[in-house]
Amino acid sequence: MIKLESKIPQGPLADKWNNYKSHLSLVSPANKKKLDIIVVGTGLSGASSASALGELGYNVKVFCFQDSSRRAHSVAAQGGINAAKNYKNDGDSVYRLFYDMIKGGDFRAREANVYRAAEVSNLVIDHFSAMGVPFARDYGGGLDTRSFGGVQVSRTFYAKGQTGQQCLLGTYSSLNRQIAKGNVTLYTRRDMLDLVMVDGKARGIITRNLLTGELERHSAHAVVLATGGYGTVFYLSTLALGSNSSAAWAAHKKGALFANPSFIQIHPTSIPVLNDYQSKLTLMSESLRNDGRVWVPKEKDEKRKPNDIPEEDRDYYLERRYPAFGNLVPRDVASRAAKERCDAGYGVGDTGLSVYLDFKDAINKQGEKVIADKYGNLFEMYEKITGINPYREPMRIYPAGHYTMGGLWVDYNLMTTIPGLYSVGESNFSDHGANRLGASSLMQCSGDGYFILPYTIGDYLSDEIRTPRFSTDTPEFEEAEKEVKERIARVMAVNGTQTVTSFHRRLGKILWDSCGMVRSKEGLEKGIEMLDQLEEEFWKEVKVPGTADEYNQELEKALRVADFFEVGRLMCQDALDRDESCGAHFREEFQSPQGEAQRNDAEFAHVSAYEYAGNKQKPVLHKEPLVFENVELKERSYK
Amino acid sequence: MNFKLKIWRQKNAATKGKFEDYTLNDVSPEMSFLQMLDYFNDKLITEGGQPVHFEHDCREGICGSCGLYINGRPHGPLRNTTTCELHMREFEDGSTIVIEPWRSRAFPIIKDLVVDRSSFEEVMLAGGFVNINTGGALDANTTPINKKISDRAFDAAVCIGCGACVAACKNSSAALFVSAKVSQFAMLPQGKTEAAERVEKMVAKMDDMGFGFCSNTYACEFDCPKGISVEFIAQMNREFFSAKVCSHKK
Repeated sequence: MIKLESKIPQGPLADKWNNYKSHLSLVSPANKKKLDIIVVGTGLSGASSASALGELGYNVKVFCFQDSSRRAHSVAAQGGINAAKNYKNDGDSVYRLFYDMIKGGDFRAREANVYRAAEVSNLVIDHFSAMGVPFARDYGGGLDTRSFGGVQVSRTFYAKGQTGQQCLLGTYSSLNRQIAKGNVTLYTRRDMLDLVMVDGKARGIITRNLLTGELERHSAHAVVLATGGYGTVFYLSTLALGSNSSAAWAAHKKGALFANPSFIQIHPTSIPVLNDYQSKLTLMSESLRNDGRVWVPKEKDEKRKPNDIPEEDRDYYLERRYPAFGNLVPRDVASRAAKERCDAGYGVGDTGLSVYLDFKDAINKQGEKVIADKYGNLFEMYEKITGINPYREPMRIYPAGHYTMGGLWVDYNLMTTIPGLYSVGESNFSDHGANRLGASSLMQCSGDGYFILPYTIGDYLSDEIRTPRFSTDTPEFEEAEKEVKERIARVMAVNGTQTVTSFHRRLGKILWDSCGMVRSKEGLEKGIEMLDQLEEEFWKEVKVPGTADEYNQELEKALRVADFFEVGRLMCQDALDRDESCGAHFREEFQSPQGEAQRNDAEFAHVSAYEYAGNKQKPVLHKEPLVFENVELKERSYK
Repeated sequence: MNFKLKIWRQKNAATKGKFEDYTLNDVSPEMSFLQMLDYFNDKLITEGGQPVHFEHDCREGICGSCGLYINGRPHGPLRNTTTCELHMREFEDGSTIVIEPWRSRAFPIIKDLVVDRSSFEEVMLAGGFVNINTGGALDANTTPINKKISDRAFDAAVCIGCGACVAACKNSSAALFVSAKVSQFAMLPQGKTEAAERVEKMVAKMDDMGFGFCSNTYACEFDCPKGISVEFIAQMNREFFSAKVCSHKK
């Protein structure tokens, strides 16, 4: 029987982490060299984990599916990274950052974890700066900041619209430094297909070499998953096309509980769907809402071009509904508000599924040059994709699947329910509750990897110093590899008539409709039924050309999509079980007369963590109660 | 829109490759170039063929995975644009589109349009970092950096490592790629301390990996999807020269 122990330390909130890390067991430098750690993923959380652990002297193996560790999708984060520096003297503090995240997450995150994330945020900025990350600066030479949604201070550090790229490349350089020193070995073009357990502990992984198709075994004293989110389950999302959930899902099947799977952030400002073959939705950074104003026409069936519609015929609906935060309301609120206007018939564009994001006032006030300095690359990106110049005409935007707050359940040490298996960054569930605030993802990923995991993993490994390096010629590795081989053979053998992508597209549509921005009991039940049918069809009709022992991109996709059916079902199940609306999880049945989310703290102030019970079997729900000692649970209002 | 496609097909590194001709009809001008290839691959697969392998990931011009040589130019006809950001409306209906992998000795072909760019990684491993450990960094604002210098370092730091500069260069020189990293760190106080050792090591590794010399044709700048300036090559040369003349080893 799995027991959820969050292992939150005793003591006052502000002292928990400091006291706790001062008392964690250590591993001596000589012993660290004898301990192997596997890190899967080279995004911000994986690369920072691997480089920090390498610096400590552990023997680290790090894996990615791309050809280089510099390409992981953290690279695409645009707007910024939060820290409680209070450089602007605007009243910011660790507590305020903590509070904003707890409230932004609609009171569905653990206080202690969130406070710690806020606490280490300042270290992250100092470290990046010391590594030569070229953050934006003001004329005095100090770091500049800007505002993001859901907060009333300016704490977001940035490097134009490429903050993720600059943070990731900084971390990539620190990882390279450890690779050059021989502390870390990098394996590129590898998919992790299974987790290997020995005596109930995570002891290794099975990977597939994507160029040769060869299955490989790797052993270690501990395994760290830094494998990102599962937003590509929607097919159309802001994620990279290779982003997938297979490694995390393999761990889930081996006993790691999956927490809050239905908490998926739909980002409000993506470029809308333009054609049927669309493979990807491109994000326009939330930072644009600092200066852009969101509106739709006041009349349905408005035929005039946006620039011809006078002020009095425009409905700045965010400013109207949420005067305190205006265009900078959190993402879940902004997304639903856009959907509400479009569903009511006020949407713009050919499909009626978009709203305007207008920079006219900002350009008139600040001048085109200032706006270009702040958002130049985003404006160019928009023009390339749509052919429309946003300096002259408002952007059209619509919400898109973006970030998964849900993920592998972890305790305060970032360890999953499998001993020795850790999860960092987006792949865990821990810091964002039911909705993530902008610019706190880069912050969490780097905090986890640089400043939290290196402490907590040592505590576990201090008990492992007597475990010698072990061979992969054991029945456990044999068995895991055999299972993977059979799974690959099974998907190759179908030899049907439909492409993997066609299934993925249909799968995404089902989930977007049933488990997207708005959910209902009826819709979710129907969604699960449709997923079951589609999965059956997949295993009869999918066509994977080529062979399994060569570079085969279709096979890679097929294995990922096969897992997405199960992930999608778990999302729907969680959304069904949670009879309330909170953050990104909005159940039609639970809303106020004004259409705002209605939480049910009496029954649902808990983390829902699911235990795998077999495919198409109802998963076992475990609840971790959320205790709020430092903030008062109240209605989340941005009005 | 309808197109004739001329695509480089090669089963693997060991087999010889060749151009294959295809026709593709009913392409929407709204499609991105890679969506057009997805659509083409879907057709190939359903007709029993083997899909064309190409690399891609973020599809928003930032990961640097995609890189195709389109009608004789890296990333196609538009300036400051990656392959994934290119759209079919840029092509003339009925025209022939030639699609090749990067052509350079330092980037061997793996399959179809996929090449091995690990030589870039080797150059980075030689010194593309600041030697600083995690923890112990001073407050970020204790080191003020002139805004102009910081912005300039950022202009160099936006390199996505796609390899277009090498593909564009008749000598297969990696000078633009290497100079971007050398310059970024040389300009910032955090990277200055090790600037001399860094440039020597990275340039030596660049030569080892089989990249050619720079002969200042500026083709790299012209085809760089991120608009990185050849001025950074000049800066790298200055850094290199001063490292050699005022050798830190003395």
